[in-house]
Amino acid sequence: MSISLKVNGRMHSLDLDPDTPLLYALSDDLALNGPKFGCGLGQCGACTVLIKGQAVRSCVTTLKAVSGADVTTLEGLGTPEKPHPIQQAFITEQAAQCGFCLNGVILTAKAYLDRNPKATDAQIQQAMSAVLCRCFTSSRMVRAIQRYAKEAK
Amino acid sequence: MNRREFLQASGVLIVGFNATLRAQTAMSPSLAQVDSWLVIAADGSITAYSGKEELGQGIAVAQQQLVAEELNVPFERVKLIYCDTAQTPDQAHTSGSQSHPANFNHDNLGQAAATAGEALLKLASERLGLPVSQLTAANGSIGNGTRSVSYGQLLGGKKFNLALSTTAKRKPPSAWTVLGKPINNPDLPALVTGQFPFIHNVRVPGMLHGRVVRPPAVGATVISVDESSVSGLPGLIKVVVKKDFIGVVAEKPWQALQAAAKLNVKWTNGKALPAQAAFYDALRKQPARDTMLVDSRNVDASLRGSTATLKATYLHPYQMHGSLASSCAVADVQGSKATLWSATQAVWYQKSTSAAILGLKQENVRVIFARGSGCYGVNGADTVTYDAAVLSQAVGKPVRVQLTRHDEMAFENYGPAYVIDQRAGLDAKGNIAAWDFESWSPTLGGRPGANTPGNVITGALLGFPTPGFTPRSPAPAPGAYANNSNGVPSYLSANNRGTGTIASGRVLTHSVESNFWTGPLRSPARLQNTFAHECFMDELAAHAKADPVEFRRRHLRDPRMLDVLNAAAKAANWAPRPFPRTGLRKSGIVTGRGVACVLYEGDNGYTSIITEAEVNQATGAIKVRRVISANDVGPVSNPMGLRNQVEGGALQGLSRALGEEVTWDEHQITSVDWRTYRSLPVGFDIPVIETVIVNRPDAEAAGAGETSITLIAAALGNAIFDATGARLRQIPFTPERVKAALAAR
Ligand code: FES
Ligand code: FES
Repeated sequence: MSISLKVNGRMHSLDLDPDTPLLYALSDDLALNGPKFGCGLGQCGACTVLIKGQAVRSCVTTLKAVSGADVTTLEGLGTPEKPHPIQQAFITEQAAQCGFCLNGVILTAKAYLDRNPKATDAQIQQAMSAVLCRCFTSSRMVRAIQRYAKEAK
Repeated sequence: MNRREFLQASGVLIVGFNATLRAQTAMSPSLAQVDSWLVIAADGSITAYSGKEELGQGIAVAQQQLVAEELNVPFERVKLIYCDTAQTPDQAHTSGSQSHPANFNHDNLGQAAATAGEALLKLASERLGLPVSQLTAANGSIGNGTRSVSYGQLLGGKKFNLALSTTAKRKPPSAWTVLGKPINNPDLPALVTGQFPFIHNVRVPGMLHGRVVRPPAVGATVISVDESSVSGLPGLIKVVVKKDFIGVVAEKPWQALQAAAKLNVKWTNGKALPAQAAFYDALRKQPARDTMLVDSRNVDASLRGSTATLKATYLHPYQMHGSLASSCAVADVQGSKATLWSATQAVWYQKSTSAAILGLKQENVRVIFARGSGCYGVNGADTVTYDAAVLSQAVGKPVRVQLTRHDEMAFENYGPAYVIDQRAGLDAKGNIAAWDFESWSPTLGGRPGANTPGNVITGALLGFPTPGFTPRSPAPAPGAYANNSNGVPSYLSANNRGTGTIASGRVLTHSVESNFWTGPLRSPARLQNTFAHECFMDELAAHAKADPVEFRRRHLRDPRMLDVLNAAAKAANWAPRPFPRTGLRKSGIVTGRGVACVLYEGDNGYTSIITEAEVNQATGAIKVRRVISANDVGPVSNPMGLRNQVEGGALQGLSRALGEEVTWDEHQITSVDWRTYRSLPVGFDIPVIETVIVNRPDAEAAGAGETSITLIAAALGNAIFDATGARLRQIPFTPERVKAALAAR
């Protein structure tokens, strides 16, 4: 069965088991590097993508549940030459060690702040309380998120 | 002297080889040759080759700075290639905060660059007909201000053909222009935009996908495998069974996952595990291998003669690396040759052990490092490389294997648990007269070494032996003093080899067999020992009614240790006050401060931490408000990288101190995901972290990646005592344990 998806502005038609998690289609079939396999259980955020501006954990989202959807991955925000402002904020704050978690951290923060542009620091903390960074670059990451929030205002 | 004679005299022999096209050799290039480390192309671009890899700890940037500095070129001019067994020198593993000492002190990369720099000066002198003394190197050229020649012109793309000189002069830190300056991470633009390729993104044409089926219980072995249970599943290529190793290969990752889940395997019950509640006591009773690190042979007498003696037992659980990514590897085994892409911290040992597993010649196996998520020691990266290699060999096609979260967490090589008994005597003046330390710690396997694939789960399932240890008691007399594991408290003098003043001391360790895999986890043993030492030091200070900073000063003699302790105290505005505090409130939220210090590994970085913490006495919740960390790691290469490591280490240490603990039931590990193994998330009450750098430009380079993590649990335990009068001696400091300690006051 073929499932169509729009990813970062391009249409794709995927001939896959409709129960396949979206993450596998993105990283294996579409060869995207942004969404990552961390836990496969919806517990860490590494696989996050944006659908209708919402942060969605693609490891626990089946293809059939998002058939026809418009998906944005981290690659879809900006490029190394022209990063999105939230990506730039992470560069400015040098907020990474291994960088594996960045996908989940950046997209979760962006989805939240775009809906809650007046978020307080406590609300940002709450919004990031189900996202993991095991290198614990947390203080720099939160600074980067706050910087983006301030600049977006 | 003609050119040829000159070149021979200078040791530079240029042969007609295009150096930029590095031949991919069967064996790693020699450490002793400059060409193994550096290639300068005809256009002047510089490629450095290193056996120390970037894991997120920032060593790539520092190595690029090092080469740029010694060769007098801008940072951007240097490209770094690391950890490919066919291209880079064999530097064993990237671990133990040893990359800076290995490549920045007297040999290896730094010395190769200095040797190359001297050779280029001599070549320029000959080319320009000017004495070396009139020449300076800058921006990739050498000249006297009026005439100059570029490196590219001097070498013409040829090799140096030169032995690495141990006497080539290094640039003193006072002359540094690239090292010592904060440099941003050049990978970040690719990382934040999702372009950076991790090991998970290695895609080889024709690649299939494998999954492993691990035993359901510790020690369980295969009775039978019913392949018909998966026959006809879409995309399934093969079920692979080799002794107790089971895996499946399919066209798509999702298909492999389903086949692995559906495969019907009968296993034995495995072994009965000790009840977790009684585990620490059980450790003491197991057959042990005893090692005496220090013995002044008068400890018992000194303790008997003391005015007061104190005893305390500290407990540390097994903890996980718990890397964010479930480990992944790609293998392409075709006939007698294999190429493995791996996030291992030890590509050369991965090469030799994979060769053993595959039955191939070592020279026919190539291991190429590709970055995984932060590893902090030995996560599933090594074992999954074996998984991929075995499955690829079975199907004769490239195979990618990614572990499930459960398989990552249930079978990784945990940081070992510890039971530590501390005993010390105080004299009439309240000074420590004797210190007696005894520890028990379980061990099984570890990082694969040259011949030990059985150190991790896949190797053992395939039937490779896990090197055991032979019980040994009593311990032989101590050898030459070394404090690599920080088993020796900082306050012992150990015949003037230690950092402290206490002459009477004994340090005895017992290693026992573990039920679970163990291995180095960021600050292995050092963290557990230091937690016990620095908390016990606080207990002694409290008994002597001495300020904890002042009490430490009294028992230290190494000036660099005193300097970091004083630097942290100064930055924290630490003023002496009565200790223990009087009139503590027994309810509500209270705050306290705690200090700790250590010379990491006995010779690899001085560090001190002060924490300020809040204890909610109703809920047992701990909130750390402020962390002040002072670090002397010799000359600092990249202050930006150092700060990032200190901050990350402090917060990772906090997560380990507050919540992380491996758990099990009668048969299996039960901490197998992020609900059952508790990590602090990105969003929590993050303390303010202040990093004080005590720069020592003239000292040896030391490691920095494991300094703050070694101290934070101790400093936090001490702060909780300062705030409440309750002493926590068991990690993690869960709310239940905090409340129990408060109730016991
Ligand atoms: S990989 Fe999807 S939440 Fe962890
Ligand atoms: S930077 Fe490594 S997991 Fe976040």
